Amino acid sequence: MFVINCPYCGERDQSEFSCGGEAHIVRPKQPTELSDDEWAEYLFMRKNIKGVQFERWNHAHGCRKWFNMVRDTSNDKIHAVYKMGEKPPVI
Amino acid sequence: MTKYRINKTRFVDQTKTVSFTFDGKKYHGFEGDTLASALLSNGIHLIGRSFKYHRPRGIMSCGSEEPNAICQINDNTDLTEPNVRATEIELYEGLKASSQNCWPSLNFDIGGINNLISPFIPAGFYYKTFMWPKSFWKKIYEPLIRMSAGLGKSPTQPDPEIYDHKHEHCDVLVIGGGISGIISAKIAAKNNLKTILIEDKNILGGSTIYQNNKNFVIDGQKSNEWLMNEISELQKLDNLTIKTRTSLAAFHSYNYLLAKENISDHLPLDKKNGSIRQRLWKIRADKVIVGAGAIERPLIFNNNDRPGIILAHSVKKYLDFYGVSSGLNNIIFTNNDSAYETAVSLFEKGISVKIVDIRKKSSSNIVKNAEDLGIKIYWNSTVVNTFGYKKIKSIEIMNLSEDGSNVTGNKHKIQCDCLSISGGWTPMVHMHTQSGGKLDFREIDQVFVPTEKSENHINVGSCNGDFELEEIVKNTNYKVKKFLNINEGGFDKISVLCSKESEKKNIWLLPNTISESKTKSFIDFQNDSTAKDIKLALREGFKSIEHVKRYTTTGMATDQGKLSNMHALGIIADTAGVKMGTLGTTTFRPPFTPLTFGAIVGRNVGKFFDIVRKTSIHEWHVQNNAKFENVGQWKRPWYYPINNENLHEAVQRESKAARDSAGILDASTLGKIDIQGSDASEFLNRVYTNAWSKLGIGKCRYGLMLNEDGMVYDDGVTTRLGENHYLMTTTTGGAANVLSKLEDYLQTEWPELDVYLTSVTDHYSTASICGPNSKKILNKLFPNKDFSDEAFPHMSYQDAIIDKIECRIMRISFTGELSYEINVESKYGKSLWENCIAAGEEYKITPYGTETMHLLRAEKGFIIVGQDTDGTMTPIDLQMDWIVSKKKYDFIGKRSLYRSDTMREDRKQLVGLLTDDPNEILEEGAQIVSELDKKPVEMIGHVTSSYFSPNLNKSIALAVVKGGKKMNGQKLFVPMENKNINVTVSDFIFFDKENKRINA
Ligand SMILES: [Zn+2]
Repeated sequence: MFVINCPYCGERDQSEFSCGGEAHIVRPKQPTELSDDEWAEYLFMRKNIKGVQFERWNHAHGCRKWFNMVRDTSNDKIHAVYKMGEKPPVI
Repeated sequence: MTKYRINKTRFVDQTKTVSFTFDGKKYHGFEGDTLASALLSNGIHLIGRSFKYHRPRGIMSCGSEEPNAICQINDNTDLTEPNVRATEIELYEGLKASSQNCWPSLNFDIGGINNLISPFIPAGFYYKTFMWPKSFWKKIYEPLIRMSAGLGKSPTQPDPEIYDHKHEHCDVLVIGGGISGIISAKIAAKNNLKTILIEDKNILGGSTIYQNNKNFVIDGQKSNEWLMNEISELQKLDNLTIKTRTSLAAFHSYNYLLAKENISDHLPLDKKNGSIRQRLWKIRADKVIVGAGAIERPLIFNNNDRPGIILAHSVKKYLDFYGVSSGLNNIIFTNNDSAYETAVSLFEKGISVKIVDIRKKSSSNIVKNAEDLGIKIYWNSTVVNTFGYKKIKSIEIMNLSEDGSNVTGNKHKIQCDCLSISGGWTPMVHMHTQSGGKLDFREIDQVFVPTEKSENHINVGSCNGDFELEEIVKNTNYKVKKFLNINEGGFDKISVLCSKESEKKNIWLLPNTISESKTKSFIDFQNDSTAKDIKLALREGFKSIEHVKRYTTTGMATDQGKLSNMHALGIIADTAGVKMGTLGTTTFRPPFTPLTFGAIVGRNVGKFFDIVRKTSIHEWHVQNNAKFENVGQWKRPWYYPINNENLHEAVQRESKAARDSAGILDASTLGKIDIQGSDASEFLNRVYTNAWSKLGIGKCRYGLMLNEDGMVYDDGVTTRLGENHYLMTTTTGGAANVLSKLEDYLQTEWPELDVYLTSVTDHYSTASICGPNSKKILNKLFPNKDFSDEAFPHMSYQDAIIDKIECRIMRISFTGELSYEINVESKYGKSLWENCIAAGEEYKITPYGTETMHLLRAEKGFIIVGQDTDGTMTPIDLQMDWIVSKKKYDFIGKRSLYRSDTMREDRKQLVGLLTDDPNEILEEGAQIVSELDKKPVEMIGHVTSSYFSPNLNKSIALAVVKGGKKMNGQKLFVPMENKNINVTVSDFIFFDKENKRINA
């Protein structure tokens, strides 16, 4: 079980958090302009990387803030956490 | 003392006799014994029958690796426990143990026939044989297999014992109280680090604590004496916590570990006094030092599974720790030096012992010691067979060929009553790999050792592949100091003398004269898989160790292959002609040893299993005989039976009363979200399918919320309380998820919106009054208020005061009746409700529960999200096109409504169903077909809601049917087990289609 450094609260047990899947998938501003394929790409297609992955996490049983986290899925090492809207770090 | 209790030790108190039973017969042991040592002291080796062939099996080890000596404890009581290892359970007065996996009895076991037909039970036998004919599986094969197999009996009653969980944090956690763990803990604790040392046995010291041999000396003392002093020093250290009888269950990432402490398992039943049985420690440690030790390997030869064949070091522990000799005429069969310690120890107690060694020679101190004592050693020899059905009687040995691949010369038979075997040692790398660590294969002694890379944990002692006393002590001291950044002190100046192994030889499968197909060389003793099973799997094309393991079931028993995995790998490597290091290992998964369910769930049982949420009106419901149903964590009144009414009778009465006069429902559980901010209207526009900008202050509107995939997610009425202030209601079960979803969009997609969300579900209680007389009741409750349709129209809200208490009244309806929902702060909920009941008395106001609510809304064709929808229904499928705004540019899920798939005309769509026989009530979930004779039967939909409507005096149902929108009037069928029900598709609004009653 990870120790996650919430950017708002500090280090907490993983059990306080929930994972929201891949990060930096922006909801299209004009969905009606998109083809079925383009919309399906946004809606359904997610990476599942073995290695460094950018993820969304929510401090659900804490401050309830969403933030982003860079995690290596092969060894669960957490490289960085950063607030929504901040630039992803280069890993 | 019994014949086999031949030695006095400081670990077993021979002045304190303990009586116990095994298979109903009474025996005696002493305080400090395990069940296994006590049985051996009584000369009992035969403990159980093997899983597949039902061969007699005896005690083989002295720890958690035990594959054979598995017992049922306290059978026929509510404390019974199956699959307990006799080697781990501490003896207590009155302990009742019995053998498992044998029928009708241990000594005469009918399943033993499997042993005779074993040539016909090769690997994968069950997969291959019981495949066909298919119909035989359920009625013939499965019951037969279940009857003859199985591991013990589950308790039939709830576990009466108490279990506990506790969180703990420390600087250093040391796993294992052997010599390396003790050295580590001392260094850590002496350097001001908060340290915890856990040990699964009841005393510290590991195997060194009974190593009373002149060849092993530390600082001039015998190693056991030295360690004894160290332990008493250790116990004085303030910042060290020692937890014995505590075994590590799991080592998760970020140094999060679970350890199970046995608190009262070793106490007699009458002394437990309701104390906690086991505690699961949840430990977060800054640094972890693993000193888990090593497990001795067996040797693989023909008939290597008879009772009386025991691992050599276990024989030594029974002798030197428990004072019990496993036999009086011993043979030791080994490929390494460590077994010579057992030989010397036996000899020194006057017990006959001979040695068979597959090596050609060895010149270490301990071997010289044995030779000097005159112990007979058969060098370059192997055991080719063993004899004795329920206990070993003799063995046959032969010489090995030059390269060890074959046997030569004549067979030589030797009598014995115990055969001690040693195939070397396997480091316990389970903890290391559980934490994510990798392994390297060490060719010289064929072991997997930890690859040290982690900054957060290290392995010390024999689990790290250090087997000799000197390297254990010195490497542990060096590694721990470096790991903890300690420069001074420690054990730098220690002097260690020990015997050093000079010759190494390993043969995974020992050769024999007879063909392999006629031998039984067991690898996995618990699951009865043999060397030939593994070879068969390889011949049949299995290559990956993970596949071979599953096909042969090697390593898949409750011991998780602690004794078998290495040999399985070795034989695969030899047979396939590849290097063992290239095969990798199977994955070691937690728990290291089986955990009780009790320890896992702790206190979260019974009423603590989950949170129970009750409304502030709950007590009134209880007093008025409500039956409750669980909706999420909420207890909601289901129906209120009068006299002996059943569910159906009560619901018919309640439903009729609600439409004929007045009904009242506790609607407090609906999710409520307070929404404020200058962009609140825009926010609602984006999350609901319909438009919100023009909703006037004081007005209410029903909204439907979709997922981004276009499927209906939740619904509810939202009220505009002020210019920038709304109160949203959600379904009872969906409240938490809706809030999370809304927060997600606000924080991540639309952070520019000025909107604040607050969950207020628990803040308000709601009494919902409906029926033609509801307005009269409201007039009585609020005499100063104008409830005319002009002053207070449908879908609007007003503030009011009742008994000086502020409340909000919404005129909204989920039943189709004239209806008002009164909201007050929760603490006033019960008084509001009682006021409503009192005011409604003259109109026979009838409290109704969720079942009646469901019926009334079904009469009106209102959906319940989660009942009539299942995450695959769009608003179009639900024939709710009217609520989907065409004008809005975007809302959550909008684009998905125009995907080719969601626009299909043959999607399942909401319809009404009427049974041809109006008294026939359909079953919810029943499948719907259009053609009865078609094979295979094509299921075109299913019933989602079904009731007998007392207001229509007929059965009604909602259903989803493929292409249902265009089927109005069509005949369909609902096939049931013993009949087909004829139904007709209808409009799904069954009652008051013109919506007149809302303004009645
Ligand atoms: Zn937080």
